[in-house]
Amino acid sequence: MKPFVRAASFALVAGIAIAAGMSRSALAQDTTFRGITLIGNYDPTRDKISVAVLPVSGAFGDSLRAIVQRDLDFSDRFTILPIEGGDADAARTGGAASGLNYSIFQRLNAAAIVQMTSMPTGVHVALHDVAKGQVVNVGDFALPSAGYSREWRMAVHRTSDEIARWMTGQRGIAATRIAYIRGTGKAAAIRIVDSDGAGEITVPTDENGISPAWHPSGTMLAYSTYGDVASRIVLFDLTTANSRTLTTAPRNTQYITPNFMPDGTSILYARSGENGSDIYAVGLSGSDAPRRLTVGRGSENASPTSSPDGRRIVYVGNSYGQPELYIMDADGTDARLLTEYDLSDKNYRSDPDWSPDGRLIAYQEKIGPNFQIRTIRATGGTPKQLTSEGVNEQPSWAPDSRHIVFTSTRSGVRQLWILDTETFRMRQLTTSSGSRLAAWSSRLTQ
Amino acid sequence: MTATRRFAGLTAALLSVTLIDACHKKAPDQPAPAVAPAAGPNADSARRAQEDAARRAAEDAARRRAADSIAAANAAARDAAAAAAALRTTLTAMVHFDYDQSDLRPEDRAILDAKVPILSANPTVMIRVAGHTDERGSDEYNLALGQRRASSVKAYLVQHGIAESRVQTISYGEERPMAQGTDEGAYYQNRRAEFDITSGPQTLRKP
Repeated sequence: MKPFVRAASFALVAGIAIAAGMSRSALAQDTTFRGITLIGNYDPTRDKISVAVLPVSGAFGDSLRAIVQRDLDFSDRFTILPIEGGDADAARTGGAASGLNYSIFQRLNAAAIVQMTSMPTGVHVALHDVAKGQVVNVGDFALPSAGYSREWRMAVHRTSDEIARWMTGQRGIAATRIAYIRGTGKAAAIRIVDSDGAGEITVPTDENGISPAWHPSGTMLAYSTYGDVASRIVLFDLTTANSRTLTTAPRNTQYITPNFMPDGTSILYARSGENGSDIYAVGLSGSDAPRRLTVGRGSENASPTSSPDGRRIVYVGNSYGQPELYIMDADGTDARLLTEYDLSDKNYRSDPDWSPDGRLIAYQEKIGPNFQIRTIRATGGTPKQLTSEGVNEQPSWAPDSRHIVFTSTRSGVRQLWILDTETFRMRQLTTSSGSRLAAWSSRLTQ
Repeated sequence: MTATRRFAGLTAALLSVTLIDACHKKAPDQPAPAVAPAAGPNADSARRAQEDAARRAAEDAARRRAADSIAAANAAARDAAAAAAALRTTLTAMVHFDYDQSDLRPEDRAILDAKVPILSANPTVMIRVAGHTDERGSDEYNLALGQRRASSVKAYLVQHGIAESRVQTISYGEERPMAQGTDEGAYYQNRRAEFDITSGPQTLRKP
């Protein structure tokens, strides 16, 4: 809860500083941060920039504004100032060359103003720096003519992400999607939902599909199948909606937990058979023989996920008895225990996911009777616990290496939730029970 | 069976027609028996009646014998089916596991021991062992644990002389719970290996 207080007080302090002409501390000074002037000591991980998004006239204007406001809000790096239609009219009158009355926005503690104008083929965006009293960025963004369509919404998300980049230097994560499994047994199916919870589709999955994983390009999913028909790794092309079998497991063997390598040319997976489970890598062409990476000698090694540079792999293994996290080189050598362990340890650590910036590994660990989400530095050290309410599992990082989507029972049934690991703000992504095994895509360009 | 019965029916019908015919013809011109007529016709009809009764008795006996043998056959078939069902039940009886374990407990070894002679007596039978887990572990890692459980069952059967190729192993992880619920009772029912007969004769042979 503390970060919230801090973020809120920042806006307040910034306002006071402007009004009284004094700073929060002796060291504080006007700081230009990526084009937006901020007053005070700005901490990009905790402080939020106050933004006013002006009403948008024209077809779909209200939806456009609502989506951009929500995207900026969901990024947890902005405070959206509520601007009523009347306020905006007032703001427009008596302004300078831009037509905006900056002093009104200063009194509202706004650091930036997003002004969007509907165009025949899209939207024109102007970003105003309130302290400077001028436009600091402009851009035209194409939008599909079919308003509200899935493609239109994704184009608006990309617009939001670029506006976020103008203000913070870091692109937002609104233009992303999350693949997951909903339901159990024969009713289970792979779904894909936009990062804001809208636009869900069902992937035509072969029966008993599980563990969806995104190709780094965002144009393909991989998943594995289990059960009484031969287990397979299936690739689903999202552009053509075609499925193809990459590899079929031999009798008495299951293929589980597929994950793409960051260069997108090969896939990691575990082959689970009568001599335990070992991790393999195979090229997407399907013509190369799979390469075995672990020698488990009867233990279970699974859930491989690569570092973003493709040089190391974190996975779960139980060669010491209980499931623990290990890191090895991408060729399978030099495997080392990542999570701390002693012989009396009856712990259970699994489902690792390496953050896109390479710094952290998120995973689940039994804390008392329930799994909770933790992060640990890829170099090891003391883990940080991120959840405590209900059962929390299966973390997957957003491309900003700050947000995590995971499965939680905090509402009573399994749902997907999104956590900001900096402010600990939580939001519910799905509303249909039995949602699980989420995988967050890269930033999508189409 | 049907033909025999129809034939018997037909014979009886013909006989009765003959008898009725005989009475009918004699009735009108039969005078008062002042003089004892020739013994011929009466003796003849008595003999016929005797023969008829004997035939009927024989037919009844044959029918009873047939019915008895049908009943016996049915009973035998019922017994055989019950025995085969019992064999099938023994062959597909589930085994259970301790939490996060794939080792076989003594009582589950006994369940597997009972399957071995049946598999030996029915060499064309193929089975599939499906490993299942409760919901407490990782959804994905449980697919590996289910596989380990199925493999542990198979290893035991192979150790006891069953050909490796006759036992297929698969895993469902925690994806097919037998019991819903979040208590140890439900968890126990779900930590199991299930058995399916994937090919072999309809009726299993007794060991």
